Amino acid sequence: MEPVKHHTGLVYPLNRSNIDTDQIIPKQFLKRIERQGFGQFLFYNWRYDNEGNPKEDFSLNDPAYEGASILIAGENFGCGSSREHAPWALQDFGFKVIIAPSFADIFYNNCVKNGILPVQLPEEQTSELVKKAESGNYNLSVDLKNQVVYDDTGFEASFEIINYLKEMLLNGWDEIAVTLTHQDKIDAFEQAQEKTTSK
Amino acid sequence: MPKGVTHMATPKTIIDKIWEQHVVHQEENKPDLLYIDLQLVHEVTSPQAFEGLRMKGRSVRRPDRTFATMDHNVPTVARHIINDPVSKKQMETLQKNCEEFNVPLADIDHPDQGIVHVIGPELGLTQPGKTIVCGDSHTSTHGAFGALAFGIGTSEVEHVLATQTLWQARPKSMNVKVNGRLNPAVTAKDLILAIIAKFGVKFGTGYVVEYTGEAIRNLTMEERMTVCNMSIEAGARAGLISPDATTFDYLKGRRHVPEGEAFKNAVDYWSSLASDEGAAYDATVEIDADEVEPQVTWGTNPSMCIPVSGHVPAPEDGRSAADKEEIERALEYMGLEAHQPISSVTVDHVFIGSCTNSRLSDLRRAAKVVEGKKVHPSVKAMVVPGSQTVKKAAEAEGLDKTFTDAGFEWREAGCSMCLAMNDDIVPPGERCASTSNRNFEGRQGNGARTHLVAPEMAAAAAVEGRFVDVRSYLTAPV
Ligand code: SF4
Repeated sequence: MEPVKHHTGLVYPLNRSNIDTDQIIPKQFLKRIERQGFGQFLFYNWRYDNEGNPKEDFSLNDPAYEGASILIAGENFGCGSSREHAPWALQDFGFKVIIAPSFADIFYNNCVKNGILPVQLPEEQTSELVKKAESGNYNLSVDLKNQVVYDDTGFEASFEIINYLKEMLLNGWDEIAVTLTHQDKIDAFEQAQEKTTSK
Repeated sequence: MPKGVTHMATPKTIIDKIWEQHVVHQEENKPDLLYIDLQLVHEVTSPQAFEGLRMKGRSVRRPDRTFATMDHNVPTVARHIINDPVSKKQMETLQKNCEEFNVPLADIDHPDQGIVHVIGPELGLTQPGKTIVCGDSHTSTHGAFGALAFGIGTSEVEHVLATQTLWQARPKSMNVKVNGRLNPAVTAKDLILAIIAKFGVKFGTGYVVEYTGEAIRNLTMEERMTVCNMSIEAGARAGLISPDATTFDYLKGRRHVPEGEAFKNAVDYWSSLASDEGAAYDATVEIDADEVEPQVTWGTNPSMCIPVSGHVPAPEDGRSAADKEEIERALEYMGLEAHQPISSVTVDHVFIGSCTNSRLSDLRRAAKVVEGKKVHPSVKAMVVPGSQTVKKAAEAEGLDKTFTDAGFEWREAGCSMCLAMNDDIVPPGERCASTSNRNFEGRQGNGARTHLVAPEMAAAAAVEGRFVDVRSYLTAPV
C-alpha cells in the first residue's frame, strides 16, 4: 500500500450520525471480484434516484465539492457490515482522510489497511469543521507524523492513533510480510497447541 | 493443585482466558499477534483476498482450519438459475479459489450448504475456546459457544489465510448482565433488540461483550446464537457466553466435535474457560429480563426499537439536535407518523430467515403461530431456512407443509432477503416484517422499509397484515 504522511485537500462535510457501510456502498455492488472501480457506487442510493439520475439535494453531487479528498461525518461512522468495499469505494472516489467523532471498529481497521487515514476528533471540533466546510471551498491539512489537523486560519487539533497503525500508514507496510517474519513463532504455537489438545 | 490449597490467582473472564491462550507473539507498543483457530469464508468478502495471495505467490497456511460456503448470492428458488452474471461469476470464483488453495467448500449443491453462521455451529466447527474469524460482521454469532469470534475485512481475511494470525489490540471487556427471567413468549430476539434499544448502537464499540445472568443461562443454544449474532449491532465486534451444560449437550455428536474419551477431555477444558466468579470487566451494564416485551423496530438502525404496545417516537423526543434530525430522517424514510401506534402499521412482506433467526427452533415457533391460519391477502410471506440441514429437519417434521398451507413460500437455504443480494428483494416503499438483524436504509432493497422482529412476531404479522402482540395472539381462542 502507498504510504500516508501528510495530506492537504478539499473538505466534504456529511453531517449525519451512524452512517453504515450499507449506505457507503449498497449490496448490489458487492458482487465484483476486483478491488478497483467501486468509487462510482459510493453512497449510491443517496446520490442517485431510482432511475439512476443524480439527486440534486444530495450535497456530494454539488460541484462545489468536486475533488474533495477529506470527508467529515457524524459519530459511529462505518457501522454495520464488515465489507471492505466501503473503504475501497471511498478511496476510489478520491477520499484519503476521514474525520469523525467516532468510528466503528472493523471499518476503522479496514481504512488503515488500505491507506486511508481515519482521524477521530471530539464532536465540538468536528462540528466546527463541518460548519466551515459547509460554506464550501474549505481546505484542511493532516499531518500524520505529528498527529495534527490544521487549516490556514488558525484551526489546529491533535488526534490519537495507535502507534502500530501509524507506523503501518507512514511506511505503507505489507503487513503479511511483517507477520511472516514471525513464522517460527507461529509454527511453535501450533506444535504446542497440538500437544495440549491430543494429550 | 492439591485439595485444600487456596487458589489465589486473580479471577479471569473467558475473554482473558481465550486471549491469553492464543497470543503467539507480544511486543511493546504493538498489538498482540493472535492465533486464529478457524476461518470461515463466503463468496462476497473473499475473492480479493485469494487474488492477493495469488499476486504475491502465497498459499493458505491451514486449509484444514478454513471452511467455505456460498450463502449471500445464492438463489433460493430454482437453485441453478442465477440471473445476474456478476453474482454467478462471484460464486464460480469461490469454487475455483477453494480448488486452487485446497479449502473445503460447501457449495450450492452440497448438503451442508447454508448461511455461514448457521452451518459452523451445526457441523461442530464452532467450539468453546476457539478464536474464529470470517469476513462478515455477524461472526459474533459463534460467541454463543464461548468462542472469541469476530468479523474482519477482506485484507484481514487475506492475512489470516496466509498466516493463520491477526495483529489485534487487546479489547476491553463488558459484562451485559440480564437479571431474572424472560416472560413467556418473549424471545431471545426481543431481548437483544431491547438491549440495543436501551443502550444504543455503539455502546459496545471497542469492547468484547460477555452476556451473563439468569436469563442468559436459561436460553437454549439457538437462542444464545440469536443474542450473540446482534452484538455487532451494538458496535461490539464480539459477544460471547461462557459455555455450560447447554453448550456441551448441543455439541455432542456433531461432525467435527471429538468423541468418547476425547469429548470428555474437551468438556473439561471447555468448562475451565467459563468466567471466574469475581472476574473484573472494564464496564458492566444490566437489564431486567422481565421488563422486556415483544419488540418491533420502527426506524433505520436497530436501536430505533419499541415494544409492540408502544408508539413511534417524534423528533422532539431526541436528546440532541443530531438525534432529532436522525429521528426525522428515519420517520420520513420509513413512511411513519410521529406518535403512531406501531400496531397500526401494516406490512406488505414477511421474511423469516437470516443468521439471526433461521434455525429449526425459530421455524418451529413461527410455524406454531401460523398453524391452521392463512397469510393475510395483502402480504407476501416467505421462509428461508438457514441451511440445507435445517430445511431437511424442518421438512421431516412437516413444518414446510404448515407454512405452505398457510400461504408462505418455502425456499432453499441462503441469506436471501436479509440483504437482498440475490433476487429476493423488497420493492421501493414497501414494508417488510423481517427476522433479520439490520433495518438500515435500502438493506432489503432500495427504498425498502424494514421492521425487525422475532419469528413468532413475523408469523403473526403475516397472518394479520399488521404488527400484533403475539402473546395475546397465542393465548386467544382459535
Ligand atoms: S443472513 Fe444476513 S446478516 Fe447473516 S450473514 Fe447473511 S447477509 Fe449477513
